[in-house]
Formats: sequence, C-alpha cells, structure tokens
Amino acid sequence: MIVDFVQNTLDGVFVGSSYSLLAIGFTLIFGVMRRLNLSYGPSIMLGIFAGTLVFVEFEAGLLFVAAATVAGAVLAGVYVERVCFRAIRGGAALASMVSSFAVWMQLEEIVTVLFPDRTYPFPPLADFVLEPGPFFVRGDHLVMFACAAALTVLLHLLLYRTRFGLALRAVSRNPAAAAFVGIDTGLVLFSAFVLASAIGGVAGYLIAAADQQITPYFGLWATFKGLIAMTLGGMGSIPGAIAGGLLLGVIEAHSGWYLGAEYRDLSAYAVLFAFLVFRPGGLFAQRQTLRSRLAARRV
Amino acid sequence: MTAPLLEVSDVATAYGNIEALKGVSLSAANGEITCLLGPNGAGKTTLMMTIAGVLKPRRGSIFLAGGEIAGRAPRHIVERGIALVPENRLVFADMSVEENLRAGAFSRKAAAGIDQDVEAMFTRFPRLRERSTQLAGTLSGGEQQMLAISRALMARPKLLLMDEPSLGLAPLIVEDIFRIIRELNGEGTTIFLVEQNAHMALKVAHHFYLIEQGLIVFDGAPGEIEEEEVIKRAYLGTEV
Repeated sequence: MIVDFVQNTLDGVFVGSSYSLLAIGFTLIFGVMRRLNLSYGPSIMLGIFAGTLVFVEFEAGLLFVAAATVAGAVLAGVYVERVCFRAIRGGAALASMVSSFAVWMQLEEIVTVLFPDRTYPFPPLADFVLEPGPFFVRGDHLVMFACAAALTVLLHLLLYRTRFGLALRAVSRNPAAAAFVGIDTGLVLFSAFVLASAIGGVAGYLIAAADQQITPYFGLWATFKGLIAMTLGGMGSIPGAIAGGLLLGVIEAHSGWYLGAEYRDLSAYAVLFAFLVFRPGGLFAQRQTLRSRLAARRV
Repeated sequence: MTAPLLEVSDVATAYGNIEALKGVSLSAANGEITCLLGPNGAGKTTLMMTIAGVLKPRRGSIFLAGGEIAGRAPRHIVERGIALVPENRLVFADMSVEENLRAGAFSRKAAAGIDQDVEAMFTRFPRLRERSTQLAGTLSGGEQQMLAISRALMARPKLLLMDEPSLGLAPLIVEDIFRIIRELNGEGTTIFLVEQNAHMALKVAHHFYLIEQGLIVFDGAPGEIEEEEVIKRAYLGTEV
C-alpha cells in the first residue's frame, strides 16, 4: 500500500518536472507580456519534429537530436512572437491570444502535411531502470528530473544575478518604468520569448525521448499541460509554475493508479476546476495580491 | 541667461485624433529649475512623455544640448542624459530598494562607479539605506518618491524631468521633496519640473511656464505676476 503510494508520488514528481518546465515557459511569456501564448505547445511540437527529422534522415546522435529540437522550438517561437505579439503589441491582449490560436492551427497543419504518417519514432534517452529498495525509477525520468532541476537553478541565477534578469523583471513588473530607465523593452520581450521557447524545447525533447514516439498533437497536449500547471501554481509566478507542474504530475499518477487510466485527465481537470473556483490565483497567488494590496494602499 | 540645455520648439503630440499638445515651445536653462504649471488635462504629462521619448511628437523638434532627440527611443534619450521621475513614482514594486537603484543605472555602459553611486544615494537618503533589502512596494509614498528620484539620478542625467513629485504626499513630505529639489539643483543638476502645487513650485523655480489646453500661455520668472493669479490659472485655466 504505502509502497504503491510512494512509487506513484515518485512517478508523479518525475513526470511533473517536465510539466514544470512547460509551465515555466508559459509563465515567462505571460509574466513579461501579460498575454497568453496558446502556440507555445505547437512551437515545441515543431521542435520535436525537427529532432525526429535529423534522427530519421541522418541517424543523428542524442545531442544533435536535442539541439535540433531546441533550435526548432526557438525558431517557431520567434515566428510566433513576430506574427502574434510584436505585430499587435499595442492592441488588445485578446488579439494576441486569438492569433496565437490561429498560428497553432497553422503549425499543426504544416507538420501534418510534411509528416503524413502521424506517428514518428523518437530516439530514447536512457534505457536503464534503477531499483532503490522496493521502488522503480526509470533512467529517462531521472534525467528529466535532473535537467528540469538544473534548468530551474540556471533560470533563477539568470533572473536574479544578471543584468538581463534585472531588465526582464523590470519589464514584467512595469514596462513603462523600465523604458524610463533606458531598458529596450522590445528586445527584452523578444529575448524572453526565445528563452521560454528554448526551455520548452528542452522539455519537449525530454518528454519525447521518454515516450519514444511523437505525433502532431503533441502541441495540444503540451499547451494543455503547461496551461493547467501554470494556473494551478499561479499565473506569472515561476515558483508557482514549478509547484503546479509537480502537483499536476502527482495528481495524474495517483488518479491513474487508484481510479484507472481513464480518470487521469479527468482528475486533473477536476482539480483545475476546484482551483479556479476556490483559489483562482493559484498556489502562489496569496503573497502577490497581499503585497500589491499593501503597495496600493501606500501610494 | 545661460544657454538652454533643453529646447522644445513647436511640439505637437496627439492621442489618435485628439491633439494634447498643439505646438509647445519652451526651454530649460542649464543649471536652473524650470517649472511647468497648468490645470489637469492641459498636456503637462504628455509633454514629459514626449521629451522622454515614450510618445512620438507629430511635429516639432526637441534639442538636448544642441542635439535633436525628438522621436528617438526612450533608451537613447536616457543615454543622452535625460532621466524621468515619473508621475506616481512607478518604482519596481516587487524588487528591493537596492535593485531599483541598480535598474536606474541600466543605461550606463560602464559598471564602474555604480556601487559608489548607490552608496551616494544611501548617504543622501538614509531611509533608503535602512530599507535597502525591502521590497519597494512596501515603502511609504514619500519613501517611494525618494526612491524614484534616486533611481533617476543613478543614470547620471544632465537634465532631470520630474512629473508631479508632490502628488499625493503629506505636506511635511512635500516640503522635504522640494528641499531635495533645491539641493540637487544647488549641486548643478538642471531640473524641469511639472507641478500641481504651484505655491511650492514658484518658491523653487527660476523660470516658469503656464500651459493651457496644449498651448503655452505665459512664461516668466516668479514674481513677474501675482502668485495668486498664477495659482488661479494653474488650477482653473483662464476661462474662469
């Protein structure tokens, strides 16, 4: 009993770490632009197809496949930024979201046309299984978790120890004041997009390597997982994205085990619903609202 | 009169079809405090935004120390030597006080001297030193205003633009802010000030302008016309 529970929690945390990465990408873009990029998942999907392409066509090695995946995701992300965000920067936030939905359909169509077989193989990352005590840990899950943890630490250092991080936080908090102190806000927004896409590319690579097969619907899946994880954690918050991703992974693992595989997504949506009703700001919302309430009172 | 540091001539800025500035010309002399007074909606903040490069003028030119800056991006204008203390302060609320100061130095190419300048701000405003690790959003209004001023000074500007620095502050704090303005000017900083508080502004200004409905309607030195008249026009416009 207890062994199953621990095993499920472990599985949930490992898989959830990839959701955390997806949510971090989402939340980075949302945090600096206050706009939702629905095309985030599909641009990652384009990346993993670039990875598959170099794998199938040129029998490329692990690192090369990973590099192609990240590069593909970044290129697609740059395209989305130009078309859906830069072009409509002054306009309504809704316009960006709707156009990002249009680009989602476009990317999915492009891949469906270029790769007509639907399902494609993706090279595995690590095929070993560890058995600490009564538990099983998949090697690729371990790598996934390690990469997610390392990326999170790097991102934290980038945001809090560098000039670029200072600029990014300034723009996300107050774009007008950021411009007044001489920050090139357009460049910062663009860089945030590239950064988010690169993180998404890494997440996409890790997930695809664990699944060992991919379809054009990966984009839909990634957008859903990332959005749910971000909302659970609190939109715009990076610690929230990490917590939300892990929580989503653990919920899925437990409900899949105790209720049956068909209840996995259902339970995740039920928890999302409960959050939206009872705690719409997500796990990490309280501090934020309290602080801004305080700030507003003092003005 | 010394040479003008800032020269604005025939600047018109519009929001869509509504012209907020209809051809404004004024100048700020090097080393002086120049003040712009006028009722709400006269175009004071619009002019500040236009000088800072956030709004693009439809026509007209703006010169800083002889170089044209109209229509340039805000970051170029900061690099040229204009820093803005914006209306409502706009500090970075969820960054620490010290990070706010460092953000103010963003336009400076060389890292050298930034630490000393942070230290200098802390010496000038001991309250900020006490709260250096505190989030800026938790400061009082007066402290936030001091932070906004320090943040602008971190850019080492030739010209300091201040948009309603006394807005929403208690009278004692307002006295403090104006003492600081005079102090900064005494140290050689040229200041262009937009104010609602005409009484305080006239006490520190070397020269002032009155703006109404997007046009300069009067300029002169304090004392040239009755303060009461200026205040009436600054708050109400000529119509009344």
